[in-house]
Amino acid sequence: MKRRDYLKNMGLSSLGLAVFNPDEKAIENLELGKTAVKRPNGRTQEEAEMEARLQAEVFLNKHELDTITILSDIIIPADKKSGSASQSGVTAFIEFIVKDKPEFKTPMRGGLRWLDSESNKRFSKKFTEITAAQRINIVDDIAYPETAPKHLSQGVSFFTLMRNLTATGFYTSKMGIADLDYKGNTPNQWNGVPDEVLKQYGLSYDA
Amino acid sequence: MINSSIYIQSQQEVFDVVIVGSGAGGGMAAHTLTKAGAKVCVLEAGQPFDPADPKDMTQMKWPYESLRRGSSSSLRNFGDFDAAYGGWDIEGEPYTRKDGTKFDWFRSRMVGGRTNHWGRISLRFGPDDFKRKSIDGLGDDWPIGYDDVKPYYDKVDKLIGVFGTNEGLRNNPDGYFLPPPQPRLHELMIKKANKALGIPTYPSRMSMLTKPINNERGQCFYCGQCNRGCSAYADFSSSSVLIKPSAATGNLTMLPFAMAREVTTDPATGLATGVSYIHTGTMQEYTVRGKIVVLAASAGETARLLLNSKSSRFPNGLANSSGVVGKYLNDSTGASRSAIIPKLFDRKRYNEDGVGGMHIYTPWWLDNSKLDFPRGYHIEYGGGMGMPNYGFGWGIEGLNGRENFTRDGLKKAAGGYGATLKEDYRRFYGAYVNFAGRGEPVVREDNYCEIDPNVVDKYGIPVLRFHYKWADYEVKQAKHMQDTFEEIIHAMGGEPMGKKPGAENNYGLADPGRIIHEVGTARMGNDKNTSVLNSNCQAHDVKNLFVADAAPFVSQGDKNATWTILALSLRTSEYIIDQRKKGNL
Repeated sequence: MKRRDYLKNMGLSSLGLAVFNPDEKAIENLELGKTAVKRPNGRTQEEAEMEARLQAEVFLNKHELDTITILSDIIIPADKKSGSASQSGVTAFIEFIVKDKPEFKTPMRGGLRWLDSESNKRFSKKFTEITAAQRINIVDDIAYPETAPKHLSQGVSFFTLMRNLTATGFYTSKMGIADLDYKGNTPNQWNGVPDEVLKQYGLSYDA
Repeated sequence: MINSSIYIQSQQEVFDVVIVGSGAGGGMAAHTLTKAGAKVCVLEAGQPFDPADPKDMTQMKWPYESLRRGSSSSLRNFGDFDAAYGGWDIEGEPYTRKDGTKFDWFRSRMVGGRTNHWGRISLRFGPDDFKRKSIDGLGDDWPIGYDDVKPYYDKVDKLIGVFGTNEGLRNNPDGYFLPPPQPRLHELMIKKANKALGIPTYPSRMSMLTKPINNERGQCFYCGQCNRGCSAYADFSSSSVLIKPSAATGNLTMLPFAMAREVTTDPATGLATGVSYIHTGTMQEYTVRGKIVVLAASAGETARLLLNSKSSRFPNGLANSSGVVGKYLNDSTGASRSAIIPKLFDRKRYNEDGVGGMHIYTPWWLDNSKLDFPRGYHIEYGGGMGMPNYGFGWGIEGLNGRENFTRDGLKKAAGGYGATLKEDYRRFYGAYVNFAGRGEPVVREDNYCEIDPNVVDKYGIPVLRFHYKWADYEVKQAKHMQDTFEEIIHAMGGEPMGKKPGAENNYGLADPGRIIHEVGTARMGNDKNTSVLNSNCQAHDVKNLFVADAAPFVSQGDKNATWTILALSLRTSEYIIDQRKKGNL
């Protein structure tokens, strides 16, 4: 039902009740001298306010974000089919998601520190300041959980978190969805599995 | 402006019927009664919702249109595009648990309630589901049987629309079905595996319009996003399919933001006179008056309302001379498992979104008298090349190091990075399947909700306190689900994901409430000492008070509750019309 129909319908009643509309919250905020949060399509007023708060919050600093950009591009580099993680917007996604899911805040901040500390031990520089080959020297030791040196287990946990967030950020971006060649989210008529695919798997609709 | 002063404002208009709740039960009652010419007022605690209004619409949005890429938040527990405002925990509206037991309670605060995001699995109860005590001696029989409800199921099928097939199954009755969608690829594989195992597989029965049924609603266009609400109104939600046409009659006063506090009664006659409520936006108190009151606020909220409606005449709460209100609460059992199917690696891409959910399912197929648990379950299937969402690719280090998972048949080191990792994500996409069992628990008097003596919500309304435990019956049923899932996975040539749930975690049996099928808190019966309502869902103690949600259910069935809520609400509404015409109400 359209919102105006509700309102019209309310008007038809003889109750004369005060109508409360979420949009009134914005007007009320104005009257209170607060900055009004506009309700974007597909969000409730409460969501719009929560998201405005989250977006205003600053958690990761520039150095941390720079490190995330480098790491995410090691995890998902550009290839023949698509671009890299950072080109798809993964850095901004991770910047937001650690604020939205606070359980990631300390593992992310601490993991980045761990990485700089390891980089300092090996090369006397931060991870952002070492060469590409030196970065891979560290990454190779933390990217394979089953064979990684035991004393680097915290680094393995951090890299696993980075891999998960990078993959999710990349494959839910416009670029990543095109890379996967997802064909849906468009109106269509489903008529069943294409014939050549049925043949490929030795299946049929008659069985 | 919000006015913080609280005062009771009584209205002059007396409605024919006041309904609390706008979900499946309240929507069907509103629809039936307004079409019959009754002046109806519906109270809904939540906000308006219309999936065709751009303000509310999330259908066809891409994950990158969400800051959190479609993941859940405290305000949308099933993901950023899901059509459920509310959730397991709502700020300022607590509930509590007793004696260390568990119960999680999902509430949608919006017009249409939980029908906006539900799974649309539309199963009739069968003849056995009404008479379980007669079969196995456990729980209780309903005072009505399948034949009493069948005409209403038939009407619901035709009014709302449901696809499926008539299979002549005794306890999974035939209906009036629209054509079902063809199975997807993984569903054909499941069907083939099940055939070899002797597990039946049928087209699912779900309320999406695979063909148009009227001019008000469109036809399914196979985006697979029913849980977001359909802008073409091609699936069932109470808001789009029942409340909207009710409003069009001119007989409906729809009041969103109206949190019911109590059912008011006449101290002299003991009859219901209306409902008091608080406006959640202005915090002002009102009373809406009605000649008849229908509670359809959900099994939990309806019990809470009855128990909170105390007076000198009804010291234990309204309609509760039996002391049964709140008791015999039950939720479906649920257990699940997922798997990866190597045969599906590197699969050809095409659009298989289909309808929002499964195209096939397995109804309960075994004889409980030969098993160590008394009640059955059905199996729901998922999988395929769905739209990537938050969580995509998570945990690949548990997969890409497995034997024979690389294209060249070699084993590689798990985890990793770079170009070959990127290939793994592409390769595994669309190769997952998942299995979910939904079963019937045995109803128990000591699974209940009651009023917490110490806690109120932000409106000052005393809250519910739950006491709920699974019995050995349900645990054994979950074990059987897990064994069955593994059988099917292996027969498909698949590999189960994660460790098989075992005795240490009740075989993955979901905590009570998690399946969101709570029923039974104001059960119907012929004996007013052991039931709250008569077989027409009319309170034994208050003849102008009715219940039209899942609270009247005597038992759960292994069927999802919605289709039976709709049929019983329609039956009760027609009874109200009949009794009004006869002058009995």
